[in-house]
Amino acid sequence: MAPTLAHGFADPVHAGQAVFRAAMEALSRPGRIRPLVTALVPPAPLTPELAALALALTDADTPVWLDAPLRADPAVAGFLRFHTGAPLVANPGGAAFALIADPARCPPFTDFAPGTPAYPDASATLILAVDTLSDADGRDFAEQACARQVFAGPGIRGTAPFAAGPLPADWTARWAANHAGFPLGIDCLFVAPGRLAGLPRSARPVDAETVPGSDGSAGSEALPCTSR
Amino acid sequence: MYVAVKGGEAAIDNAHRLLAEVRRGDPAVPELTVAQIREQMRLLVDRVMTEGSLYDPDLAALALKQARGDVVEAVFLVRAYRTTLPRFGATEPVDTGAMTLARRISATFKDLPGGQVLGPTFDYTHRLVDFGLADAGSPDPAAEAEPEADAAACPRVTDLLGQAGLLEPSPPDEGAPVGDLTREPVDYPADRAVRLQGLARGDEGFLLALGYSTQRGYGRTHPFVGEIRVGAVELAFTPEELGFPVSLGTVALTECQMINQFHGHGAVPPQFTRGYGLVFGQGERKAMAMALVDRSLRAAELGEPVAVPAQDQEFVLAHCDSLQATGFVEHMKLPHYVDFQAELELVRRLRAEHAARAAAPAPASDESPLREAAE
Amino acid sequence: MNPPNPAVARATVTVSAGAGYNFAYLDEGTKRMIRRAILKAIAIPGYQVPFAAREMPMPYGWGTGGVQVTAAILGAADVLKVIDQGADDTTNAVSIRRFFTATAGIATTTRTAEATVIQTRHRIPEAPLAEGQVLVYQVPIPEPLRFLEPRETETRQLHALAEYGLMHVKLYEDIARHGHIATTYAYPVEVAGRYVMDPSPTPKFDNPKMDDCPALQLFGAGREKRIYAIPPYTRVRSLDFEDHPFRVQRFDRPCALCGAEDVYLDEVVLDDAGGRMFVCSDTDHCETRLGETRLAETRLADGHTGEAA
Repeated sequence: MAPTLAHGFADPVHAGQAVFRAAMEALSRPGRIRPLVTALVPPAPLTPELAALALALTDADTPVWLDAPLRADPAVAGFLRFHTGAPLVANPGGAAFALIADPARCPPFTDFAPGTPAYPDASATLILAVDTLSDADGRDFAEQACARQVFAGPGIRGTAPFAAGPLPADWTARWAANHAGFPLGIDCLFVAPGRLAGLPRSARPVDAETVPGSDGSAGSEALPCTSR
Repeated sequence: MYVAVKGGEAAIDNAHRLLAEVRRGDPAVPELTVAQIREQMRLLVDRVMTEGSLYDPDLAALALKQARGDVVEAVFLVRAYRTTLPRFGATEPVDTGAMTLARRISATFKDLPGGQVLGPTFDYTHRLVDFGLADAGSPDPAAEAEPEADAAACPRVTDLLGQAGLLEPSPPDEGAPVGDLTREPVDYPADRAVRLQGLARGDEGFLLALGYSTQRGYGRTHPFVGEIRVGAVELAFTPEELGFPVSLGTVALTECQMINQFHGHGAVPPQFTRGYGLVFGQGERKAMAMALVDRSLRAAELGEPVAVPAQDQEFVLAHCDSLQATGFVEHMKLPHYVDFQAELELVRRLRAEHAARAAAPAPASDESPLREAAE
Repeated sequence: MNPPNPAVARATVTVSAGAGYNFAYLDEGTKRMIRRAILKAIAIPGYQVPFAAREMPMPYGWGTGGVQVTAAILGAADVLKVIDQGADDTTNAVSIRRFFTATAGIATTTRTAEATVIQTRHRIPEAPLAEGQVLVYQVPIPEPLRFLEPRETETRQLHALAEYGLMHVKLYEDIARHGHIATTYAYPVEVAGRYVMDPSPTPKFDNPKMDDCPALQLFGAGREKRIYAIPPYTRVRSLDFEDHPFRVQRFDRPCALCGAEDVYLDEVVLDDAGGRMFVCSDTDHCETRLGETRLAETRLADGHTGEAA
């Protein structure tokens, strides 16, 4: 029996709008976690949230790059091609969007397009499906590679703590370099079951030592952490 | 007591109803049909199709009726409709060499294979008002047309010159995707295909004046009309699922190939260069003006100085679109009283300071209720 | 021949924009294209993102950029407010509000506090904006350097290099000539310490409201095909000099209707003998204050003095 293709949005107009607005809010208020509710049941390891953002934001005009786990099952490419029409590209440097199901093995940011000085918008947006996502202060974290940073900058009133994982061990250094290249750089959307957060390149990592109320250890380094 | 003006909604509704009534004119006079406009105002319909960049004579005629004959307004209606249409893809390039000719003239050769075909033209009419046209009536039948000229026997003049190497070749079709300025904002410098798109959609009056300016010394290009041909060409489209071209029908086109002197540079020997114009229907004035401006916009590519408006692609492309131009010029009708208030305050203050400087004991100046305070 | 029946010939024309068009008019592909531009605009505050603006059913210059941005973000649950010159009832504000009522069937309001999306031309509302609100500006000329350098190829380089000396020279020349910076509206700002941006032709009176604003600010220029953004809580600094700090207009009298001070006023000419009065440009602000006054008066009359504001 041929596998049936998973459905797209039941109501593409309003579902697409709702997902976009969630993404817009997420990038407007870096690090703040927002609900992202979707009824999609895409082929694994494409998560419902990754699928929702892909359907809302990509189409024939946006080359999309898939990470290795997503490439491994052709059903994922089939689902995305059918519902978005987006060309799937092998070279991450040619992608407008990158869908990443295994964020711990996210390729270096330098593999993706950072834009050009004249057109910094010609840059990639990474959408990472993480297990944990936290914008709470404090350390309710257990043993998992998780990047925890405090950010300041546009969209942030004062400072905002943000943690996500699993992410590569050098994530905080990567982000510092990404921000230092502003206005060039990549932008990230993080999804977890039912939730979404954003980190635009404008998000500036701040030295936790100087952040009042911080425990001082939450600076630019990867810490073992988890949260639910 | 002053009361703020209200009632914008009612005013708009009433204005729309009045517009509809005025558009109809005297109801005792029979109403124009779309078919009448399409058949008897054909050059106007052609212009609206060209600048509206949509080949649909009935729609253009209807737009003209709705627009009370205002060309730019009709172009606007067609463009706004066009943006709502799904885009299936790009057709195969049309072959104007295979055109079914209604008219074909060359100013560069007295005679040439296929001959000169005068066709329907105002060129040698005496512009005397024909009062007979005020009454209904049918014109005398036209002379019996000769059998349609065999396309193979009517090669394009530019092809004849090209064979001898006297004229630069047409740029080769490398199959690269052609830009579409309706789908991507123009990025300067724009390539020639995008420039030609902009010019084809551009306002006829604007291009006419620019083309004219090149003939009066603002970037002289020594142009000759290699050929103007008017007629019908077949349009073919290759659907993805079929993989071979299918005919969509024919469209009427006017093509102008301007031939311009060029002295050569570096490795390029002296040869003639091209300026190109193409419009829907019969629109020789626009096609010729477009060809003049196209050639001027190639200045940088041909190593010529870019010094005059017609050579400056940002100047030409950013200002040739009648909708953009009319929108921004006419938007000055919208209220600007907030900004004007800000300017009024500044001018009052500057005048007060001027008066204070002019007369030692400062006279009472124009009273201003505004002053500036630190933020 | 029968004369045409005048009753038939005079059939009225009503606009039924809703029928046959997608929610909020734009097709989904166009919305996605605009939405992607908005996301990049937010990520690069103050940078003008090129986008393939569509030809809209209203003229360029009438707010096509703002309308496209609004159409791309609007959802069925949004409450839309549209103002022009600060007023909800100016003809073009009415026209744009009706466009969205007809094509999206969404709720509209004139109350700033009730709106989730506010489209504006030339003003920022007097009432402070809140988190969760989006302010959409209609922009005629998005390029702050355009009147100093007409070429896009040049201004793009100047932004890439953050080379804004031209603008400072222009402002300084104003001071040398007039003793003041002679820019009263569309006063340039620096966003988040990087891009110099045109705030659209709002009076400079409104510039301070853009700084550290809790609402998201989006800017749409249709004819010029650019979208840009100021995320919430972003530093927006009006360009100035140490010896000539940025100043806003202040009116030395309150609104003649509601008595509001420290608001932007319209000058209304009453007669041809120099009679004029000054009233709030923000009509909702004025009406809200008048309503509060009336409410207070009613309560006073009813004896509820304790609640009078």
